[in-house]
Amino acid sequence: MSAQYEVVIGLEVHAELKTDTKIFCSCPTEFGGEENTHVCPVCLGLPGVLPVLNKKVLEYAVRAGLALNCEIASFSKFDRKNYFYPDLPKAYQISQYDLPICKKGYLEIEVNGRKKTIGITRVHMEEDAGKLVHGGATIATSRYSLVDYNRTGVPLIEIVSEPDMRSAEEARAYMEKLKAILEYTGVSDVRMEQGSLRCDANISLRPMGAKEFGTKTEIKNLNSFRALQKAIEYEIERQRDILEEGGKIIQETRSWDEGKGVTVSLRSKEEAHDYRYFPDPDLVPVVIDPQWVQEIRDSLPELPDAKRERLVQEMGLSEYDAGIITGSRALADFFDQVVAEYNEPKMVANWIMGEFLRLLNANNLEVAESKVKPRSLAALLKAQAEGTISGKMAKTVFEEMFETGKEPGTIIKEKGMVQISDEGALAAVVEKVIAANPQSVEDYKAGKEKAIGFLVGQVMKETKGQANPGLVNKLLKDKLG
Amino acid sequence: MKITVKDVEHVALLARLELTEQDKEKYTQSLNAILEYMDKLNQIDTHDVEPTAHVLPLKNVFREDKLHRTMAKELVLANAPEEEDGCFKVPRIV
Repeated sequence: MSAQYEVVIGLEVHAELKTDTKIFCSCPTEFGGEENTHVCPVCLGLPGVLPVLNKKVLEYAVRAGLALNCEIASFSKFDRKNYFYPDLPKAYQISQYDLPICKKGYLEIEVNGRKKTIGITRVHMEEDAGKLVHGGATIATSRYSLVDYNRTGVPLIEIVSEPDMRSAEEARAYMEKLKAILEYTGVSDVRMEQGSLRCDANISLRPMGAKEFGTKTEIKNLNSFRALQKAIEYEIERQRDILEEGGKIIQETRSWDEGKGVTVSLRSKEEAHDYRYFPDPDLVPVVIDPQWVQEIRDSLPELPDAKRERLVQEMGLSEYDAGIITGSRALADFFDQVVAEYNEPKMVANWIMGEFLRLLNANNLEVAESKVKPRSLAALLKAQAEGTISGKMAKTVFEEMFETGKEPGTIIKEKGMVQISDEGALAAVVEKVIAANPQSVEDYKAGKEKAIGFLVGQVMKETKGQANPGLVNKLLKDKLG
Repeated sequence: MKITVKDVEHVALLARLELTEQDKEKYTQSLNAILEYMDKLNQIDTHDVEPTAHVLPLKNVFREDKLHRTMAKELVLANAPEEEDGCFKVPRIV
């Protein structure tokens, strides 16, 4: 990035709320399902119907707002956002305009060891739109489109950040933290690949030191953290090239093309941006009881920042490990549950950061999909600590646990993988190895410390890897004086 | 504020209405008449009046997060001018 421009980024994030039913009707919110089977007259926008707000949606929006340090409005209302697009059968979306449920929040990010506070302008409630499948390769080349209204009316919160981010890394860190906070509060599934968490980025450049913002573009279709970062990096370069050649940025919406690694213009008519918001007469205002807000505040779980702090301060984990483990609630809960059974936090963290995450990533699995339960991992670590199996065996056992979901005890028995920690049993093998390797014994006695490693290796080989290496080491040293 | 034919054309486009020249003339006059009436309302002193968000004196009408029956699929698509694969079929969008 050239020094003469400052990058300004703001994110608009939509999160689907994890309620059982839609925001204004009693249809299921469940993902997928046969086309147009999760619908009713209300979400189809048939004439004469009346939307009624799902109380859980309000509760979840307040819960998310509190977790994001927002002020909760005492008075809030819904408005109609008017536009013609077939994914909305009513030709308007019920959203919130001037009196959103939450505003003036913030969250904290950390990039390259530097902490930074990113402002949150507002959080508001709205209904999701339906899904379009285009007849051709792209919307522009399609002669027709097919509409499935199952998703129409699924509750969303839109979280709008302040234009406080200055790099693609900061935008990514914000998104990761936001995802973690929403996951901890339990209001959303936050699955970017399923579209329950979606992100649009507003990006502009301005000369260093300038007060006015430059012309911005809005990037859509950012379906992963990677896409978010790559798209922003690309867009920054694209805008900088234009500005350095003396050109002008056109205010427009662009889409990230993951395959080609570029953002492309989505030409939209200028007029389309006049949404003509007005209060929805079908919905009455919401007046929030401060007592209720307090109850929701009291019910918030420990949030990622506090949890990370606790893992570092009380359990002695490194900042890095604590950051990764608390980056997802599922992983943090897994960690807590293992530690509850086997109170060696650092050892547990090493296993989670190492073997567990490695196998999850390699198999493209979520924590919740893992066959290994926290109790089983604790049992494995206990077996290792008690010397029943060696560290190397533990890894083999863990791989099988991960694959089959079997208990470590069962696997150890099946494979006959019991570590030999009986001095008497090992002494004979040690004698044999010493007798068979006079040269190494000579070397060791002559001061070559390394020679003992070879002898330990020979004992391990004789015992098919089942000897306790620490004990073998000790026995050899005792024998050789 | 005075509404011009241009404003009417803009609003008509937003509402996807196709207006004849005569219509445009007529709506320009009607909309101006409405705004004139608004001007009259603006003369009232509303200093101590709370902004109105809704015409009814109601607030906090909620429903519980409980599932109810959805519509039968053939009813959902009964009025669709065109359908395909269980979806509403619509003409090209852009």
